[in-house]
Amino acid sequence: MSAVNGTVAPEKVDFSSDQEVRWCPGCGDYSILKQVQTLLEQSGKKQEEVVFISGIGCSSRFPYYLDTYGLHGIHGRAPAIVSGLRSVRPDLSVWMITGDGDALSIGGNHIIHLLRRNVHVNVLLFNNEIYGLTKGQYSPTSPEGAVTRSTPMGSTDHPFNPLALVKGADGTFIARSMDRDPKHMREVLYRADAHRGTSLVEIYQNCNVFNDGAFEVFTEKASKPAHTLFVEQGKPLTFANGTKGISITDMKPRIIDIGADFSPNDCWIHDERDNFKASILVRLFEDPRLEGAMPRPFGVFYVNERPTHEEKLQAQVKRAKEVKGTGDLDALLKGEHTWVIG
Amino acid sequence: MGSLTNGPEQVVVHRKPGYLRPANMTTGITRTKPIEERRNVVILFAGDSGDGIQLTGSQFTDSSALFGNDVSTFPNFPAEIRAPQGTLAGVSGFQLHFGSVEVFTPGDLCDVLVVMNAAALKANLSKLKKGGAIIANTDGFDKKNLRLAGYIDDADPLTDGTLSEYVLQSVDVTKMTRAALEATALGMKEKDRCKNMFVLGFINWMYNRDNGLTERFLEKKFGKKPELLDANRKALLAGYHFGDTSETFTTRFEVKPAPMPKGTYRSITGNQGTALGLIAAAQKAKLELFYGSYPITPASDILHELSRHKNFGVSTFQAEDEIAAISSAIGASYGGAIGITASSGPGIALKTEAMGLAFMLELPLVIVNVQRGGPSTGLPTKTEQADLWQAVFGRNGEAPIPVIAASTPIDCFEMAFEAVQIALEHMTPVILLTDGYIANGAEPWRFPQSKDLPEITPNFIKAPNDGERFLPYLRDERGVRPWALPGQPGLQHRIGGIEKQDKTGNISYEPKNHELMVRLRAEKVARIADRFKPIRLDSGPPEGDVLIVGWGSTYGAIRTAALELQAEGRSVAHVHVRHMFPFNKGLGPLLKKYKQVLVPEMNSGQLRQMLRAEFLVDAQGLNKIQGLPFTSAEIKEAVLNMMKR
Repeated sequence: MSAVNGTVAPEKVDFSSDQEVRWCPGCGDYSILKQVQTLLEQSGKKQEEVVFISGIGCSSRFPYYLDTYGLHGIHGRAPAIVSGLRSVRPDLSVWMITGDGDALSIGGNHIIHLLRRNVHVNVLLFNNEIYGLTKGQYSPTSPEGAVTRSTPMGSTDHPFNPLALVKGADGTFIARSMDRDPKHMREVLYRADAHRGTSLVEIYQNCNVFNDGAFEVFTEKASKPAHTLFVEQGKPLTFANGTKGISITDMKPRIIDIGADFSPNDCWIHDERDNFKASILVRLFEDPRLEGAMPRPFGVFYVNERPTHEEKLQAQVKRAKEVKGTGDLDALLKGEHTWVIG
Repeated sequence: MGSLTNGPEQVVVHRKPGYLRPANMTTGITRTKPIEERRNVVILFAGDSGDGIQLTGSQFTDSSALFGNDVSTFPNFPAEIRAPQGTLAGVSGFQLHFGSVEVFTPGDLCDVLVVMNAAALKANLSKLKKGGAIIANTDGFDKKNLRLAGYIDDADPLTDGTLSEYVLQSVDVTKMTRAALEATALGMKEKDRCKNMFVLGFINWMYNRDNGLTERFLEKKFGKKPELLDANRKALLAGYHFGDTSETFTTRFEVKPAPMPKGTYRSITGNQGTALGLIAAAQKAKLELFYGSYPITPASDILHELSRHKNFGVSTFQAEDEIAAISSAIGASYGGAIGITASSGPGIALKTEAMGLAFMLELPLVIVNVQRGGPSTGLPTKTEQADLWQAVFGRNGEAPIPVIAASTPIDCFEMAFEAVQIALEHMTPVILLTDGYIANGAEPWRFPQSKDLPEITPNFIKAPNDGERFLPYLRDERGVRPWALPGQPGLQHRIGGIEKQDKTGNISYEPKNHELMVRLRAEKVARIADRFKPIRLDSGPPEGDVLIVGWGSTYGAIRTAALELQAEGRSVAHVHVRHMFPFNKGLGPLLKKYKQVLVPEMNSGQLRQMLRAEFLVDAQGLNKIQGLPFTSAEIKEAVLNMMKR
């Protein structure tokens, strides 16, 4: 453990704790941990001002591996813990670590309310489309038909499209990245950290024990270009090494071949401030195995600034103090009406 | 019982008043009829939930309290917000006991029953003493009302002689209210809504009460609607004059002021008491207060009250559900505020897992359970004490959490204060039990000065406690761990619900470490009993025949019964338990000093079983599970039966 003395910001601080990391060898979580540590070290944050809050699941062990403040909570409730912490501590850098089961199944009710309230927190949603810690049951993001330990005949459940859910709950920062693209992940995490409000980053994370290769088509060199779409602000939506693009007519996206008939100028230009386009972008969620399927987008889809929950809450406290004066306990105990017996 | 405030001991329950002490108490109306004196009177106002019964009752209560009577009330409303008019389900009641002597309960049976319709009579006749007075609004006994109330063949009890055991006085309130308001421009519906003021004016006359307080209340309420103010005033005065001039009523009654301790008083409901106790404690600890809650009857008024006091550094958070409510409070406590959540039984059930987390984290947290009738949704608007076991035992694993209980509205203030104090000074969640009976009403409160309240010292730490290392679970001599807030350099640490290594807090599955941690946490909670004041009898001899052991809102009924039995020369004592877990160390020895122990509870015997298990004492139960409080007569009878054996 690296102790920090005094208040002087360290030049270079090791954010890793003295605890042995106990994820399975080959787990995608390692890559995410590494990128977060790098970000923390390079961002000049002080260890003591950073707090990691998690729920339950493989990903939720994350706080133990960082030499910051950390709270490992109960299943699904991290958003509520964050909301309370944030309400009274607007000064901290708060990160929430969750998984597809934690955030979208048992904690589904909390994540949507965190988003609509716009609590200032960076949410990293590790999506591996499986329950890892309980050893291999299907999750709310597992595709229909997924054969797992609890669904030997295939899952009968329709999965969530996580970012469409986030969009539906009026999330103010919506992004997707993957464990196998550390550089992209780091860039997205920087953007997320810079946003005031709930920044939600869905990270495709491979569970090599119970669901190995779930995102292979997006992460492997051979298939990645044809099946992924990396969006950048102000740039046309192109993929397949620039040979294909996405155009949008009548609010409907379609794939176009760039070359003879179309140029990048015919493509949809990404604007992360565009609410309606963001709604379409999060809906590019087709099964990549289908013929002619839309590529899966990655990057920052949507950014919207609106006041955070704690700003509004603290403003009320401040206003109440201005209007009524800082609380006088004797006046409160006395109340508005008294009478004397004597 | 110990008291932070040395406040008055009487249990008095009434609703939120809006009064100031007037310069003089006269009505300006000539008193022409003889006045008889009474020591104490119980009146039950009953009518349709739209009849303004709660307002009538609370106004009369306020006038009586202002006059100097001791008062105790029991509001009883239907579970439905707008139950069908005229039906038994729609009857709303307000029972008031006022006296020139101390009163501790709303009264067992009433002397006067005021009914606005047939359903109100049918629902409440059993609560009237034989020979008691019925004041009935005849307009509420028409064919439709009789049928809705379920009177067979529309038989009218006002005329068929079935009420011959009572003194029946029929008054056409509707007709007379309309007549009084003939000159006003109001519609018939609005005129009829003034009926309750006519009744109040009449009762004010009957008990020699001043109209002034209600007039000032009306001015405040209808200040911007002069026509409504005028109509309500007229109806009030018409009721008063009716008493004075009607030939039917020949006598008035007077209940002189009670000998209350000198001082300045205010009124406080139990839920207000809880809210103010929480704020006072946060102020004394110099902390922000964060209140996470989800609306539920009968706890919501705590949220309403707290949300009005943001200038005390109070943040209120109406969470998406009960689990988020407590989890947000845990987050706030982690950040350095005092996190508080409240609910009633069903909501508390949902909070259970998070309570275990708070216990495991060893963070301060207060969980208030305003109990209601259960199980499941049960009886939302009725009272019960059936969540004691839930509070003491209802968690997975061994997670002992201190549980304390309030007995009166004033006690809600004191116990809420103590809950915060224990939470902050012992780094633990604390459960405070109140119930719908004391939460909904209020008593005159000789409120304390802030300087008389103790300072609270949170267990903060500012620097590493093991050389350069910080050990989050290094305990002091009381077994209490330090509270290190995020943002403090050098104190970075990780905590969680997963079992942790002694001292370091790192994850540990080591078998002996788990046993050690379970014991350390339990020991810490057990040691909280070291801070309790010596146990004190509420009344009665230090040893003798029967000890009545009560807890929570049964206080008033037990106190009344015990005092009566003592006055009759019986060797009966009363102790009221405030600390449900851990128990006061003096409780066990005290139980052994009496031949018999009676435990009255509004449940099937939860404290009784705990006492038997803990102290091997043959405690007997008196159990009432009707959603209604005990009457003192029920308790007295049980003690007498016990003594016969």
